[in-house]
Amino acid sequence: MIPSRKARFVSALRTSLKTALETLREIFDESAYARFLNRTSMTSSTAAYAAFSRELEDAKARRPKCC
Amino acid sequence: MLHGMNKTLSILLWAAVACLGAAAVGVVAVHRGEPINALWLVVAAACCYAFGYRFYSKFIAAKILALDALRATPAERLENGRDYLVTNKWVVFGHHFAAIAGPGPLVGPVLAAQFGYLPGTLWVLAGAVFAGCVQDFVILLFSVRRDGKSLTEMAKEEIGRVGGFVAFGAVIAILVILLAVVALIVVNALRDSPWGTFTIAMTIPIALLMGLYLRRIRPGRVLEVSVLGFILVMLAIWGGQWVSQNPEIAPMFSWRAQTLAIVIMFYGFAASAMPVWLLLAPRDYLSTFVKLGTIGLLAIGILVMHPTLHMPALTRFVDGTGPVFAGKVFPFAFITIACGAISGFHSLISSGTTPKLIARETQTRMIGYGAMMAESLVAIMAIIAACVLQPGVYFAINSPAGIVGATPAAAAATISNWGFPVSAAEMQALAHAVGEQTLFNRTGGAPAFAVGMARIFSQSLGGERVMAIWYHFAVMFEALFILTVLDAGTRVARFMVQDALGHVYKPLGRTSWYPSILATSALIVAGWGYFLWQGVKDPLGGINSLWPLFGIANQLLATVALCVATTIIIKMHRAKYAAVTLVPLLWLVAVTFTASWHKIFDPSPRIGFLAQARILSAGPVNPAVARLIFNNHLDAVVTATLIVMVALVLFESARQWAGVLSGRQETRVKETSFVMTRLSEEQG
Repeated sequence: MIPSRKARFVSALRTSLKTALETLREIFDESAYARFLNRTSMTSSTAAYAAFSRELEDAKARRPKCC
Repeated sequence: MLHGMNKTLSILLWAAVACLGAAAVGVVAVHRGEPINALWLVVAAACCYAFGYRFYSKFIAAKILALDALRATPAERLENGRDYLVTNKWVVFGHHFAAIAGPGPLVGPVLAAQFGYLPGTLWVLAGAVFAGCVQDFVILLFSVRRDGKSLTEMAKEEIGRVGGFVAFGAVIAILVILLAVVALIVVNALRDSPWGTFTIAMTIPIALLMGLYLRRIRPGRVLEVSVLGFILVMLAIWGGQWVSQNPEIAPMFSWRAQTLAIVIMFYGFAASAMPVWLLLAPRDYLSTFVKLGTIGLLAIGILVMHPTLHMPALTRFVDGTGPVFAGKVFPFAFITIACGAISGFHSLISSGTTPKLIARETQTRMIGYGAMMAESLVAIMAIIAACVLQPGVYFAINSPAGIVGATPAAAAATISNWGFPVSAAEMQALAHAVGEQTLFNRTGGAPAFAVGMARIFSQSLGGERVMAIWYHFAVMFEALFILTVLDAGTRVARFMVQDALGHVYKPLGRTSWYPSILATSALIVAGWGYFLWQGVKDPLGGINSLWPLFGIANQLLATVALCVATTIIIKMHRAKYAAVTLVPLLWLVAVTFTASWHKIFDPSPRIGFLAQARILSAGPVNPAVARLIFNNHLDAVVTATLIVMVALVLFESARQWAGVLSGRQETRVKETSFVMTRLSEEQG
């Protein structure tokens, strides 16, 4: 069955919002933290975030911010 | 049949875009005498970008770069869950745009508005479509084909050791001058402004609180804490009004330029030496949050309010006698506006994080070319924000006291005599409306942009009643992300110096060894602090000397990037298309060499460093004058050094091109071998 125009619009809107949220999560390093937890098999905690921050520190501090 | 109809529709659609674009550019370029609506600029920009993206970037992608969707990218081949990672193209686009968008496209166009709205608009449109977007796109693709190598590494491999050395030197020079000039903009925006100073001072404890919240209370909830931080910053803006109106507290936050400069230097040093998680990272999150929101808000404000531009298309200052900065429209408009048209700094981002996230080569077009178009649109918005002001008001805010006079009456008389009527009473009323004591001589571009932005916002939301809140919101927005550039830049420069010093004495290269951290942080802060101090003490306002220096340094890096790109294109046997990067390269060489010549040797003391030193030497020389003379000589030496570096890279590149084209030299490009992608269409 071909989806109705409204259903396609709702689906496109949902995808757009999901992508926008994913973009924000990537820009704000939330996704990087989730990947870190996944990679190290840790659960979110003060210690885990401290370890993630240490790992991120080197990369982030070397990243120039454009003028 | 259906295909034929679609093709006809497409041709008709693009013909309509072309006609509309031509009409809009025509109105912008030809219209004289009466104010025009800002929407003409927006339509001209939208059509130029649409055409540039659809046709020019497609031509580059197909004929020169031969983008291959089947070739595995480093994100796929080297995926490690950290820096190499296959990522959704829209997510990478957002990430890349957030990294390239800084204060440059806001400040440069505001300063260049002294020539009128036309030169800046034409340069932003043509520069972005034919140079800036091309540079970002090709460097991104070449980095993707080289496992995400940096510009410095590519320059070393493709041009030789000189290329790598110059790229390194250019990056350090840009960072030092950039940090000085952006710090000066903050100083000029905050001096004698208790409201602004209080708001910005409060962002430091807010960032520390965010750091502790992320670390101790809700680990990893960055979006949540950024929203919280934003609410606190809005409260700080509201509190700033109370501070500015309180006769006992206001003087505590009413600082002179020198005091602010010293405080900012201490801040830069502390931010460079402190743990990243405590100050730098949360401040970066907060700044990005505010930046993305405000740019979106400004775009909506301009579209909804479509304000009228009061600045003429061209002003009398195209002849080089402008008060904001001295020098003729060519070459100075083209080094004043860098980031909105072409910025060498972008090539560092295009060869930094972004190439390691891209799933398919074909996406480099949308991300590299497309994100620069978005940045260019930000520059168009900045031109609009500056040009909605009455020209007299614009010049009263942006002209230094050394040019227009130190008292409001003298400044108003001088500016009115230029043909841009303004009165001291009008400026006083405007200062009162935005909650400042005065708006005269607030050079640097940020206050003028803030007044323009406040005018646009207050017309759409809240009316004149809340203009002061919008003004201080705009100042906070600019100062916040300028300070983010400052602390991140100091740290990046510190790491680069540590890497270099590590070759001399190993412990100095250890980024966790505190003596090295403190020494190199102090070295970098001393570097940009010296230029900042020079700008603060300069009777011509500092921007007149420092912004052109920054523009020259930034365009020098773009020259290096375009040399690398041209060399690779020639080595790829695409020499017949090399004009795509060679023409922007030659244009930049013409601009930077001419601007440097003027800055060093021009006989006018307002333009030439040596002429100003000579004039100063002719009068009585006290210690302050002796320092000004030394500073002028130093600026001349820095400019000359930068230009010699450009010449070296050009010479080395030209040698490579001649070698390859004559067949004397091997033409193998140093890209990684082809590996077939394993990603499905959906994954890419």
